Amino acid sequence: MDLNDFLELFIEESKEHLQSINEELLKLEEDPENPAIVNEIFRSAHTLKGMAASMGFEDLASLTHEMENVLDLVRNAKLTITSEILDVIFSCVDLIEKMIDSIEQGGDGKEDVTDVVRQLTMIHSPSKSIAPETNPDFQESAATAVEELEIDQYQLSVINEAKKTGNRLFQITVQLDEKCVMKSVRAYMVFQAAEEIGEIIQSHPPVEQIEEENFDFSFTILLLSELDPREIQAQFYHISEITEVIVTERTDEELVPANEPTVTSKSTSVQKQQQHKEDATGGKKKHRSKSIRVDIEKLDHLMNLFSELIIDRGRLEQISRKSEMTELAETVEHMTRISTDLQGLILNMRMVQVEQVFSRFPRMVRDLAKELKKKVQLVVEGEETELDRTVIDEIGDPLVHLLRNALDHGLEETEERVALGKPEEGKVLLKAYHSGNQVFIEVADDGKGINREKVLNKGIERGLVTQNEAETLTDNQIFSLILASGFSTAEKVSDISGRGVGLDVVKTKIESLGGSISIESEPGKGSIFRIQLPLTLSIIFAMLIKTGEETYAIPFSSIVEITKIAKDQVSTLYGHRVIQFREQVVKLIFLKEVFKIPVTETKEQDELFVVIVRKGDKIMGLVVDAVLGQQEVVLKNLGGLLTNLYAISGATILGNGEVALILDTNEFF
Amino acid sequence: MNRKIVAFQIGEEEYGLDINNVQSIERIQHITRVPNAPDYVEGVMNLRGNVTPVIDLRKRLKLEHLTHSDDTRVIITKYDEIEFGIIVDQINDVTDIKDGEIEAASSSGLTSEYFAGIAKTGGRLIILLKIEELIKTPES
Repeated sequence: MDLNDFLELFIEESKEHLQSINEELLKLEEDPENPAIVNEIFRSAHTLKGMAASMGFEDLASLTHEMENVLDLVRNAKLTITSEILDVIFSCVDLIEKMIDSIEQGGDGKEDVTDVVRQLTMIHSPSKSIAPETNPDFQESAATAVEELEIDQYQLSVINEAKKTGNRLFQITVQLDEKCVMKSVRAYMVFQAAEEIGEIIQSHPPVEQIEEENFDFSFTILLLSELDPREIQAQFYHISEITEVIVTERTDEELVPANEPTVTSKSTSVQKQQQHKEDATGGKKKHRSKSIRVDIEKLDHLMNLFSELIIDRGRLEQISRKSEMTELAETVEHMTRISTDLQGLILNMRMVQVEQVFSRFPRMVRDLAKELKKKVQLVVEGEETELDRTVIDEIGDPLVHLLRNALDHGLEETEERVALGKPEEGKVLLKAYHSGNQVFIEVADDGKGINREKVLNKGIERGLVTQNEAETLTDNQIFSLILASGFSTAEKVSDISGRGVGLDVVKTKIESLGGSISIESEPGKGSIFRIQLPLTLSIIFAMLIKTGEETYAIPFSSIVEITKIAKDQVSTLYGHRVIQFREQVVKLIFLKEVFKIPVTETKEQDELFVVIVRKGDKIMGLVVDAVLGQQEVVLKNLGGLLTNLYAISGATILGNGEVALILDTNEFF
Repeated sequence: MNRKIVAFQIGEEEYGLDINNVQSIERIQHITRVPNAPDYVEGVMNLRGNVTPVIDLRKRLKLEHLTHSDDTRVIITKYDEIEFGIIVDQINDVTDIKDGEIEAASSSGLTSEYFAGIAKTGGRLIILLKIEELIKTPES
């Protein structure tokens, strides 16, 4: 097998480990005494090192190795975490990230690591002499290994506990194929498979040695599991390049604690303690569900194929209605039900938790707060909220802007907060939640709020609103002015935000995703930026309308109401045709005219169908010939040839196989 | 070096496109008009679930309009990741052209930004089209 086959896996997994290191480091900053966290970081760093070494990325491996050394000292309570040490580790993580990025882009993953390595060595080298390598101990025990693995006191108690809940203890010996190139990877897969079906109590040789490929072609683990031996065996035979799996059950009478050699007792007791603490802190075991990675393009392709199926289904429905064959009708009906389920499933597959985006923010906020010398607590809620993958990919940057804005402009300086009697630590809330067919993401701060007068004056000064208009604007409309381009109220221009760009970029981006953004603010209490996004971009609910011989789809999200009015209700105002609708003057746009639709029938209609559409707070009426009904439509783009078409955002394929264009009514305003 | 081209008919004239740019040849089907698009864009059609723009070669070459017949075909082409169809009167064949048989369009006094050259083969005169020029929006 070629090493390159593993490269993608390596990159993905490295990123996951880095993310978890980042997260745990932040936790550690809060709670520097907690060994469980250090352990978690150590484990991730260690795996990372092992992977990097086996993939041949020496720089990466040596850097992680140094980091691991420092962490090892912390872990064994030989070093206390200080904020300086954390900073070094953080910069080390950044460097690793850079290297992995470089590898991903086809580079060699080489970076200048000397500076960080020196800093890391400075931390751990003075104490190097008192930090003995633990490996020799393990080696020794490995050499004296016997057929049956020895079980120590602590493990025994774990085993006994587990047995009460129906678990059994198995000793599993796995024999790898001698032609196997990457023993550690295979072993890792075995471990992963084992963790899915139970809990690994012990491994021989120890995990560290296995990861460093420091073993022959076989290894043994002790596993607690509820499954029976045959099922366990089957689980492992799924992994390729494994020649033999021997599963034997260890029964009660064998479980006498072995007399531990004094050399190992020290290291195991440390582990014991840690494990105890881990349990105590409720160190939640990461729940591993079985999953595979799928290229998003494949999902898009699946979606495309499926939408073709839907079109054929539409045809079949028509045929069955015409033919009046019960059998055919029943089959088609069944097919309809199945395809509806299938559609739900396919859409669901494209959904990703916003956690993917949110997870990088704690670190960003921490760095930013340090830079701004503000104390900030970031609270993240609703990470499990799901959004379409395409939206997820796009939403990151706007959120970064909003968070930066909240920290820089929203929150007051620490002294100011103290003077105002507010808690010293500013609070920024990042929250996601579902509501109907929409997803909301809020960025809220408890800072000074938006200065209404200042924004308004600036707006007038910049010509964004006139003095007259200003008097009729609602608070929320005024706040929205800060989203207009060329607007910045910060007195000093900082590196972080306040260049007058940013917020209008946010607005444009959100709108391009079919969403909207609104602002609420209360002086002295803080502001809330609320982003509203459609659940998915690939399927939307739309109203099909007809004008002349042409059919168009209008997204439901922009429709307020559909109404029928008599022709004589239309009057003109400043040359615009308007109607009065719910005590409001509404401008009319005739689709026939803006789209130059060829008129087929000359018969004058006495009544007009008006689709009332909205953009923000404004509404207008779109005059069409007929309303055909609502439908879920699959959004397709028009391809590279037709770009920037007026008031058309895309196309969809109707039940009869024809293409209908989707209107972007925002452009009519 | 030989080139393969797809030869097709527009009125009395024969045109050709390099086969490397041709993805498939389709029968004409329902085409949805796209409002406010350039006039040579006939509209968009459903090509096996993909929405594909279609241009009218007659309009693009400023030839008179002809109603579609049973022989009318859409040549689906791809250039620089842009996929689109070209409506032609009739497909003739796929033919081999030797390099020596191609004459620059300018030497015969026939110039158009859309013409890459004229192929003379077996008594036929085939105008070779420049696909990249067909999709350029005219400067207006």
